[in-house]
Amino acid sequence: MEYLLQQLINGITLGSIYGLIAIGYTMVFGIIGMVNFAHGDVFMLSSFIALIFLLALSQIAGITSLALSLFIVLLLGMVLTSLWAWVIERTAYRPLRGSFRLAPLISAIGMSIFLSNFVQVAQGPRNKPVPSILADVITIRQGENYTVAVSYKQILIVVVTAVLLAAFWYVVQKTPLGRAQRACEQDRKMAALLGVDVDRTISLTFVIGAALAAVAGLMFMIYYGVVNFSDGFTPGVKAFTAAVLGGIGSLPGAVLGGLLIGLIETLWSAYFTIDYKDVATFLILAVALIFMPTGLLGKPEVEKV
Amino acid sequence: MSAPASTLTIPGAVRDALKVGLITLGLSIPILAVRTDQNLSNQIVLLPRWGLVASAVGIAIAVRLAYLLLAAVRQARGGALIGSLGVRLPAQAGTMFARAAVVFLFLYPVIALSLAGTGGAVKWIDNFGIQILIFIMLGWGLNIVVGLAGLLDLGYVAFYAVGAYTTALLGKTFGLSFWLCLPLAGILAAFWGIILGFPVLRLRGDYLAIVTLAFGEIIRLVLINWVPVTNGYAGITGIPRPSFFGVPFNASDQGFSAVFGLPFSPLYRTVFLFYLILLLALLTNWVTLRLRRLPVGRAWEALREDEIACRALGINTTSTKLTAFAIGAGFGGFAGSFFAARQGFISPESFTFMESAVILAIVVLGGMGSQVGVAIAAVLMIGGTEILRELDWMKEIFGSGFDPTQYRMLLFGLAMVLIMVWRPRGLVSTREPSIFLSERRAVSGAHVREGHG
Repeated sequence: MEYLLQQLINGITLGSIYGLIAIGYTMVFGIIGMVNFAHGDVFMLSSFIALIFLLALSQIAGITSLALSLFIVLLLGMVLTSLWAWVIERTAYRPLRGSFRLAPLISAIGMSIFLSNFVQVAQGPRNKPVPSILADVITIRQGENYTVAVSYKQILIVVVTAVLLAAFWYVVQKTPLGRAQRACEQDRKMAALLGVDVDRTISLTFVIGAALAAVAGLMFMIYYGVVNFSDGFTPGVKAFTAAVLGGIGSLPGAVLGGLLIGLIETLWSAYFTIDYKDVATFLILAVALIFMPTGLLGKPEVEKV
Repeated sequence: MSAPASTLTIPGAVRDALKVGLITLGLSIPILAVRTDQNLSNQIVLLPRWGLVASAVGIAIAVRLAYLLLAAVRQARGGALIGSLGVRLPAQAGTMFARAAVVFLFLYPVIALSLAGTGGAVKWIDNFGIQILIFIMLGWGLNIVVGLAGLLDLGYVAFYAVGAYTTALLGKTFGLSFWLCLPLAGILAAFWGIILGFPVLRLRGDYLAIVTLAFGEIIRLVLINWVPVTNGYAGITGIPRPSFFGVPFNASDQGFSAVFGLPFSPLYRTVFLFYLILLLALLTNWVTLRLRRLPVGRAWEALREDEIACRALGINTTSTKLTAFAIGAGFGGFAGSFFAARQGFISPESFTFMESAVILAIVVLGGMGSQVGVAIAAVLMIGGTEILRELDWMKEIFGSGFDPTQYRMLLFGLAMVLIMVWRPRGLVSTREPSIFLSERRAVSGAHVREGHG
């Protein structure tokens, strides 16, 4: 019982990170119908940006307050990762809009290869250990032979995720930007006719997705305590699985899917075998796409002939 | 970047270029400006390198200015400057080029030998010849699935892996020779093509791509974790090498050199392997070209053009898709079998998603459905990245710490993006329809659909 509770806590933490990345996939797919393959690598890049700023703030700027430096890192990371995503969209995807369907996908795969190798060349291939922060734990429940504990970083991850999701939800539901975005999602041509700047809206979609990926990148770095240039692919695929499972195009679906994938992965590792945990994710992805292509909260697709 | 404004002035261009420089500065601030290195106690130390950032910004500004200048010149001429450089082959030229290329390939080992000598030729035949031919063969195999049937497959490397592991395991466990393993590997891979193809029949487009990616990854993860059979990450060593009609290539008395009374040299095996993969690749091409004239090949292309119309005409889309998967996978299996026998060692490292992406990139960059295009793309992309291994002279310019090989995949990814942006239809922009009304002629690639998935 205690063991299960602990696994649930771990799973929700992990799921929050996947959910944050999944939003980037689901929004981009919703608005231009494209799997943004490079999104996982943007996430990886953001965790490197966060690592460098975190170290620079303590070593060069000499800021000792952890809360302050985390806040600055989060802010700078979001801004710079968004800049990357904006440039990627402008250079690699926008020229291909309206071109044939495979071109953006290949371009995105190329961008993904480029980004991971760029980070490898710029920062070296070795694992980067991160100084342990917020590792203290609160004991929730003292079992007979197992103690359930939640660490400060887990609390931080879940709280920051929840707050940012709420803020972001507000943006999409209540602001003109969100309205323009939902309009483009429904019918791009009609939205353009009604005066919505479609290109700008799509750019902003990429930027928002990247900003949330930057949050995930920081959280991932804090949670695992290590970053590597190849860390983009697997979390990226898992987050995409989350987006598909939740129903691609649906924002609550992405978060729900993220939590589910996080829980499944944690419970699978805890009760079965850790070796095959990624196989479990990929199987879920395949089964979800084959039998439930609209996902849990997605809209059914109507095919017009 | 966005197209420059129609009236380009010099201050405007400079302002635009400076903007690009500023963006580059923003992009490079943490990731280029500071390098993270571990010290002896495994703590990270930060090493600033602002010189690198300055040169990156400088290069960005220069490239943007050059681009604007080029665009202005292009506009002044009122026509396409870059667009006209693409390969637009008339039908006969394509055939001629292909024949010349095949003749060149058959003579390639001789040319390499006479130019580079016995010592240098092994490298040229092995690293360039065999490596490129493997990818040409894989590209042609995938071209059946993606280019002809219009089914987007991102997990093609799985069949390559099945072929390689079949050869390795059968050869090691039962002592079967390469020549027996080769057809078995192809058959097993085709079988796996059907098994993995069956569940995805209903899927289309990007979803199909993602599920095939998932299958590819599952097979790789099983290869890693099923240690009793596959030996996990450590891989399988000592795979039997192919023999020349029963004569092995080794230094023994029964070896190739001894039998034919030649001094022993590893060159013979390399040349033999080169001709073997050349023949396998040509077989793939020949079968593809013949299949296109058979009902099944025509059904593939019909499926690519319009699946619903296809069904309305009474074509069994299930068996059409499955044959495409099976035959494409079978050739992947042959290539994998050859790969295992050539290396003598295989491990899951060789079958990552990256390989699938590279093969798909070759097919799409070459121009889907165009056999010549796939070959050209393979030569450009694989040969281009291999040639980086030969650029030792760059160390003289950039210092001894400079290693061009580490930029291989970086440039590969960049090339994928640039080729796609420049020519979304691939390098070869013409296609030869399988069926024609009165005369055979090439049509623009834009008339050929890419399938629904």
